[in-house]
Amino acid sequence: MAIAMASTANVATAAELSGPVSYIIPFGPGGESDISARFQQPFFKEKFGQDMVISYQPGGGGAVGWASLNGLKGDGQTIMGVNLPHIIIKPAQKDVGFTTEDLNTFYMFHYTPDAIVVTADSPYKTLADLVADAKANPGEVTMSGSGKASANHLAQIKFDKLAGTLTTYVPFKGTGAAVTALLGKQTKAEWGYTTVGAKQGDAVRMLAVAMEERHPLFPDVPTFKELGYDMTGGAYRGIALPNSADAATTKMWSDMIGEINNDPAFRQQMLDGGFAMLDVDADGMADFMKARIEEYLNDAREAGLIK
Amino acid sequence: MELDQFLAALTPLNLALALFGVLAGTIVGSIPGLTATMALAVLVPVTFAMEPASALILLGAIYTGAIYGGAYAAILLNTPGTPSAIATTFDGYPMAKRGDGDLAVALACFASVFGGMVGALALLFLAPPLSKVALAFGPIEYFWLSVFGLSLIAALSNGNLMKALAGGAFGMLLSTVGVAEVSADIRLTFGSQTLIGGFGVVVALIGLYCIPVLIDLVAVPGRHLKVEENVKAVRIGDAFGLAIRSKFNLVRSSVIGTLVGILPGAGGSVAGLVAYSEAKRTAKSHQKFGEGEPDGIMATESANSATVGGGFIPTLVLGIPGTPPDAIVLGALLVQGVRTGPAMFTQSGSIVYTFIYGLIIATILMLPAGLLIGRYAYKSIVTIPKAVLVPAVGFMTIIGTFSIRNSVSDVIIMLCLGVFGWVVARFGFAASPIVLGLILGPIAEQGFVQGWIIGDATNNLFGMFFGRPISQGILAFTLITLILPIYLARKKNKAHVELES
Repeated sequence: MAIAMASTANVATAAELSGPVSYIIPFGPGGESDISARFQQPFFKEKFGQDMVISYQPGGGGAVGWASLNGLKGDGQTIMGVNLPHIIIKPAQKDVGFTTEDLNTFYMFHYTPDAIVVTADSPYKTLADLVADAKANPGEVTMSGSGKASANHLAQIKFDKLAGTLTTYVPFKGTGAAVTALLGKQTKAEWGYTTVGAKQGDAVRMLAVAMEERHPLFPDVPTFKELGYDMTGGAYRGIALPNSADAATTKMWSDMIGEINNDPAFRQQMLDGGFAMLDVDADGMADFMKARIEEYLNDAREAGLIK
Repeated sequence: MELDQFLAALTPLNLALALFGVLAGTIVGSIPGLTATMALAVLVPVTFAMEPASALILLGAIYTGAIYGGAYAAILLNTPGTPSAIATTFDGYPMAKRGDGDLAVALACFASVFGGMVGALALLFLAPPLSKVALAFGPIEYFWLSVFGLSLIAALSNGNLMKALAGGAFGMLLSTVGVAEVSADIRLTFGSQTLIGGFGVVVALIGLYCIPVLIDLVAVPGRHLKVEENVKAVRIGDAFGLAIRSKFNLVRSSVIGTLVGILPGAGGSVAGLVAYSEAKRTAKSHQKFGEGEPDGIMATESANSATVGGGFIPTLVLGIPGTPPDAIVLGALLVQGVRTGPAMFTQSGSIVYTFIYGLIIATILMLPAGLLIGRYAYKSIVTIPKAVLVPAVGFMTIIGTFSIRNSVSDVIIMLCLGVFGWVVARFGFAASPIVLGLILGPIAEQGFVQGWIIGDATNNLFGMFFGRPISQGILAFTLITLILPIYLARKKNKAHVELES
């Protein structure tokens, strides 16, 4: 009986876990990818009874990890975090050992909305103040951000275009370094995420967030849309399996991450951390990715970041 | 109120966790390739079931132990177990070679406990004001700091200045391979997937330091380390005496370590090197740095242990992790529901203070734990026959390298660098300048690019590079480091000539 069930399970309906799961983050610890994985960790153990072991495989801005993903076993015991726009922009720039289509992304579970952040004592009280300064002094408004051709950088390019301003983007190694530069007044503002506002509290002020509606944690911070700039989005994070994983395994994982994502306690923890939730499961992934690929490649091409 | 938190940290369970953490951390840190980051990442889920304070004490203890553990391999195998221990090899290995390995291990332990205490006390009493140091350092300050770090190559070169500079330049060249951190360009990979991740610092450490030692062990007859007759125990008494005599060195190095630890972009390797070169600069004439000088070990080990407490200052006060292990502790705090950032000391003060007291307790426990493990590490390394030692260490280097990021490419790079390092060592090129270039190259590049962009945007390039007070200070130190040895050498020569005539 048990054998019969197991054999049918292999064919189509269900897969199951056979021990602790390895969850690889293709960056170092401490970033948004790591923090959100750490939030998932206890919920996974509680719901599915298996340990989730997080490890880091940094290098090449994530490329080292993603290039190795499909060489790993597709038995469902190993998963890896994926990030947008990274997995779209990187392979479009140069051969980095993987393509966007290679990655078997089965769930996008949150995003960190773009936001312009200034220090609490900054002369920019509102977004209009910053835009006015940038128009009066083209190029002199310096804005730190994480990496080049990254979510922050694309946001800066897009906003400059929408607002008709010329600001100077200064790339740093990770959000932590970009925030340090802001707090130390090395730059006048930062292109960051809502998570920066959550972490830094009263030390910073967000001028606008790139969401459809205001973030529940920051009811006083307007959206770009409210202020007349058609800008929503940020850095999207999801999880992928090696592409040798069968449909049943992919479905199992999509359901499991979906279940965690719909736990009210998990959602609350994520929102308190400044994240914005997203629920794109395995079935909806193709459409979601298609739209994002088009959007990011267009923006990057117009900005001259890719050919 | 503060006493409450101290007592909270002192429960039997917490003490047991601290002791376990220190022991486990020391062992992990002593194996090249296994890092504190890895040990912490694996253990974080275990801590979810614990009280937040206990969890943090365990994590802090592992971290403290791992930084100290790096000294063993540095002293006994000439291989820094962690980048923090690079400068420990300079005098530690020569000491071990001449039969003083037991003394060196004990000295490292005393110095680490002292440095760890200075860093932890700074965290306890001075964290909010000291956190401003982290913010005062902008891109240009990091650029000049790394130039200063590179100038230490000259100070550390022991007469072979041109070869040391060539090594440093080669290290910087290696650091540009792969995806550039700030510009996202893919450079110098020649289409090879193996090179896209670049040359990792720990990978280079293992290759450049450990592989040549292994080759020499096989190529040269005789024992690995000289063994005194009747080795009984680690020479605690001698070590304590030396440590007392070098109290100024210990204090200075610990303060350097704490301050460098506060800078998120620098780290234990830079702290150890700066403290080492300061100790060397102020050395008395009979001291021979680089040939087994106890003060060299004490300078590095106190400085790198002080970075633990120092690094937690920006982590806890500003929510900006100084090092990867700090980042993991920060993540664990978040999951425990502690809001980090500026409000943490006021809102979650009790947990934070219990953590700091736990760190202090762990540092104190490192004294007995470190001496005990040190004794066994020393005994086993000197008594194991070569035929067992070489394969065992060789196995460890490969496993250690692979485990950094489960990458076969890293193992290939490690082995190639190892053979390369052995060959160039025949021609007088040392490993340390290459590794120094590899560590400092990216810091210099990022600082330069960012500083240039900001200076250019504000039409003030000159002021950006030369007009800021901290930059000017670092620049002055750099010039002193470069010019002083030449000046002294000339003066000495002149005196010599006058004496002869």
